Amino acid sequence: MSAQPAITSKPRGAQRALRFVLPVIVFAAGLLAWELVVRLKEIPPYVLPAPSIIILTLIKDWAVLSQSLATTLLTTLEGFVAASIGGIALALLFNQSKWVEYSLFPYAIVLQVTPVIAIAPLLLIYLEQQTAVVVCAFIVAFFPVLSNTTLGLNSVDRNLIGLFQLYGASPQQALRFLKLPAALPYILGGLRIAGGLSLIGAVVAEIAAGTAGAGSGLAYRIAESGYRLNIPRMFAALLLLSLAGIVIYGVLALVSHLVLRRWHESALGKES
Amino acid sequence: MTALAVSLRGVTKTYDNGIMALGPFDLAVRKGEFISLLGPSGCGKSTVLRIIAELSAPSSGSVRVARREGAPQPGHGIGFVFQEPTLMPWTSVHENVRLPLKLGGVPKAEARARTEAALASVGLADFADAYPRELSGGMKMRVSLARALVTDPDILLMDEPFAALDEITRFRLNNDLLALWRSLGKTIIFVTHSVFESVYLSQRVVVMTARPGRIQADIRIETVEPRGEEFRTSTAYGDYCRKVSGALAPSYSGQSVL
Repeated sequence: MSAQPAITSKPRGAQRALRFVLPVIVFAAGLLAWELVVRLKEIPPYVLPAPSIIILTLIKDWAVLSQSLATTLLTTLEGFVAASIGGIALALLFNQSKWVEYSLFPYAIVLQVTPVIAIAPLLLIYLEQQTAVVVCAFIVAFFPVLSNTTLGLNSVDRNLIGLFQLYGASPQQALRFLKLPAALPYILGGLRIAGGLSLIGAVVAEIAAGTAGAGSGLAYRIAESGYRLNIPRMFAALLLLSLAGIVIYGVLALVSHLVLRRWHESALGKES
Repeated sequence: MTALAVSLRGVTKTYDNGIMALGPFDLAVRKGEFISLLGPSGCGKSTVLRIIAELSAPSSGSVRVARREGAPQPGHGIGFVFQEPTLMPWTSVHENVRLPLKLGGVPKAEARARTEAALASVGLADFADAYPRELSGGMKMRVSLARALVTDPDILLMDEPFAALDEITRFRLNNDLLALWRSLGKTIIFVTHSVFESVYLSQRVVVMTARPGRIQADIRIETVEPRGEEFRTSTAYGDYCRKVSGALAPSYSGQSVL
């Protein structure tokens, strides 16, 4: 053992570069093929717009689309925060009391397995539209947080539990210094899934709300543009949605990596 | 009877599934003594330690552990070293060793000084800021030992602590443990399944039978102290090992050789 052990070791540079370069090449080739097919076959934009037209639409309609993007992102964020707090809190409650767990867990599963697209219209009847949309995002995103946190809290090293017992740790101390840190990798894994799902929940609810309400999220834009046969704008909104999904995933993955990098296997390089 | 650190009388342990793991088991350990519990796997050696540490309750019998007079210490004067290092991977070596003091509400400055002293006593003063995964197996075990020592317990319970280490590392840790025992004067109850380790380390080797564990033999190891490498290669050491192995053999009779 060396006195100064390596903390991080990077995968070899070439391989690392390939992992970024290859998808980009595939993407560029796909776009090029798309553009060529549309131009050579003279497909009208209301059937299939070329990538260049989609980009132009994105710039031209930026005022409308950015507004919608902000709305959807805010909904997603609210749903995500509610799901994170709710999921973690409920898992902690389950962990403290088996009675609560046995009483409530089946309902958490029912909530999870019922397709949100089927619940959304009901929620829209009983709740204000904006609230209903956030609740949908919450319902979809909350279960992975709950189940991952529960798994994490139950995976604490038995000997460490014994050690805390030996030194007379209070339940609060055991929670703060042992259970929560031990569950952290699981919780972060749950949050990573929940981030993407809350976006999906928000989109589903916006679509269910449709044009009936005064909604202005990206999904609403897609539905509305579809009715108006404004296909380039549909694609532009779709593009923004998937970019938003990628950014949400990336941010959560980064947070997870930064938090775990010094100790957890998942965040370590292969050779360290 | 005044100088007893631990005394077990007629202790038995039956698990919920009906398996009788231990006893009846009697054991008296004098203050400052270094004893080893030696026996086949599943004979209840670890159970004895867990009962002494009050991590597990005996099904019957009485357990008495001498308490030091004065202010109560975290861990009631007992330090426990598990078979695995059992460190918290999410925090530094220093924080791991400080844990018992933190749980016991010892003031920060004092806890810091005591943690540093405990780390120095196992030769890891320079690794306070390292994370457990950055250490070798032997170093992790030293951290675990430092954590057990940080509360300055009277009794140190060690559950096959060096079983997973390579032989060279184990020999070094054996010597370091003996040096610590001589300088600190703690009572040590050491569980092992290695005849050679038990003879090398302890003043008394208590050989246990297969499940349910009882005492098969209680062998005193007397030699010139302090022990060192010359003891490990002496004929007296060989004789003791033969004797202890002989006492252990019936515990394995009736079991498959494999």
